[in-house]
Amino acid sequence: MALDLETRDQLLSTIRRFVDERLRPIEDQVSENDEVPEEIVQEMRDLGLFGISIPTEYGGLGLTMEEECLLLFELGRTSPAFRSVIGTNVGIGSQGIVMHGRQDQKEEWLPKLATGEAIASFALTEPEAGSDAASLKTTAIRDGDHYIVNGTKRYITNAAKASMFTLMARTDPDTPGAKGVSAFVCPADAPGISLGKSEKKMGQQGAHICDVIFDNARIPATCLLGEEEGKGFVTAMQVLERGRLHISAVCVGVAERLIEDATKYAAERKQFGQPIGNHQLVQAMLADCKTEAYAARCMVMDASKRRDAGEDVGTESSCCKYFASEMVGRVADKAVQIFGGAGYVADYGVERFYRDVRIFRIYEGTSQIQQMIIGRNMVREASE
Amino acid sequence: MKVLVPVKRVVDYNVKVRVKSDQTGVELANVKMSMNPFDEISIEEAVRLKEAGTATEVVVVSIGPQQAQETIRTALAMGADRGILVKTDDEVEPLGVAKILKSIVDEEQPGLVIVGKQAIDDDSNQTGQMLAALLGWPQGTFASKIELDGDKINVTREIDGGLQTVRLNAPAIVTCDLRLNEPRYASLPNIMKAKKKPIDEKAIADMGVDVSPRLEVLKVTEPAERQAGIKVESAAELVAKLKEAGVIG
Repeated sequence: MALDLETRDQLLSTIRRFVDERLRPIEDQVSENDEVPEEIVQEMRDLGLFGISIPTEYGGLGLTMEEECLLLFELGRTSPAFRSVIGTNVGIGSQGIVMHGRQDQKEEWLPKLATGEAIASFALTEPEAGSDAASLKTTAIRDGDHYIVNGTKRYITNAAKASMFTLMARTDPDTPGAKGVSAFVCPADAPGISLGKSEKKMGQQGAHICDVIFDNARIPATCLLGEEEGKGFVTAMQVLERGRLHISAVCVGVAERLIEDATKYAAERKQFGQPIGNHQLVQAMLADCKTEAYAARCMVMDASKRRDAGEDVGTESSCCKYFASEMVGRVADKAVQIFGGAGYVADYGVERFYRDVRIFRIYEGTSQIQQMIIGRNMVREASE
Repeated sequence: MKVLVPVKRVVDYNVKVRVKSDQTGVELANVKMSMNPFDEISIEEAVRLKEAGTATEVVVVSIGPQQAQETIRTALAMGADRGILVKTDDEVEPLGVAKILKSIVDEEQPGLVIVGKQAIDDDSNQTGQMLAALLGWPQGTFASKIELDGDKINVTREIDGGLQTVRLNAPAIVTCDLRLNEPRYASLPNIMKAKKKPIDEKAIADMGVDVSPRLEVLKVTEPAERQAGIKVESAAELVAKLKEAGVIG
């Protein structure tokens, strides 16, 4: 149920203040140490941030998609590594259970995920299956009361902290493609699961990814998400579709932050005897950034409101993810340009954002996959 | 012990305040407003007393326009139990506020009233003291520490040159200083729950108090703009310049 405006504004202004007072001052430190301090993670738990998308009956806030996106516009105004701390619990890690979990699975996991006591990760990508998710090779073979899982999952966000994986694995090796794939709520401490080393990444230091290796891992048969096998791929795609709006909102938040910083800099930095913001070529860059970020914000708001109203927004979610992630890339590039030499050195933080935002065009569906989804849906609808 | 905490809705501390062009006051139209930071400290302290089991109920009161209800909600989200909004669209001076608060205190009978030492809009620093005088209650001002000890209240005060501890007999008034505590962020679930906590509305007219203004604002102006300084080459030159400016003999 949507919040009344006053409560919603209080929620958003609390997040804005938390971002300004607690997160922004330590952006450099988090990047330098490659770690979000535990104290900050605890504050995020206390604030209730881990549970924003989890229904209220399981201890979450049960925000609508529109409210979640508004909140992420605010949380996006700082290093995306902070968002990543809650990202998998709010999005891809938990939503499989929220959408298709059995009652007992919801009761076991959602309250812990809502408080942040447990961390959920999403394990879909493999060394040889990324964008072509239906080709995944990890198997989960039924053996009495258990499934035996074998395979490797790659680039799994928050895996090292995870208590649970929303795992996609092939339960029917004889059925190639999507139909042979099932989803599992896999406890991270099951015997036979090990983790690879934490990957060194281009950006978003403080957020961690690694391989998850299943070597004859035995998980109880009750870990199958929902009631039946073969529904995993559909679940994964639904989870990702929702996640696309979430990521788009983060992109908008980061873009707005960069625009704010670049505009302030342009008003202060003087060349040719006046602030560079007075020069038309700099103004043109600012105007392009503002226009694009505004367009993305409107797209995210439109699609999320329509999703809340029950519309199918598969195409629109992909449009948002495609445009917003490409947009924030262009904005970050122009922000570096406006900062000039200062944009290229680390002290101003702009080059850090430039690296941080690069992943948005890649994960949870590359830009090319978004194009493919949008185009394919358009042609399909036209031929129906 | 019941604790009463008055809160004021003021211009947000991050806002760059601008004087109205007719010099009658500061610009409030379309300006972000929030709870007076000293009052956040009062609420935090009251809620901590409640969490520690020494306070039984935390009641917040705000005097102001309808929007002051948002300020009360913030306090409720931080952990206060219920609110009272004394609604008025007029400016109420510290003595008027103290009279209204006295009327609330008479009705609520709290054992302790915690107020911010001042509000950041007019920096009056008067309300707590005036309220204590009107009630004839003891007061501990500029508190950096509050300890409840039965019906005694030990208050550590920040004074020139150090700290002073006074022991008050409850019921009493305490005004708090910046270093008393660090207020929490209201959690998102608590913000949502605050909506269900009760807020009573009261009218000044029903209280039988005279809050008509006793002060007249003649003019509000921006602080004079600072002149650019000069650089001096040596200590001797500095002394010469200071003498020239007439600040040393």
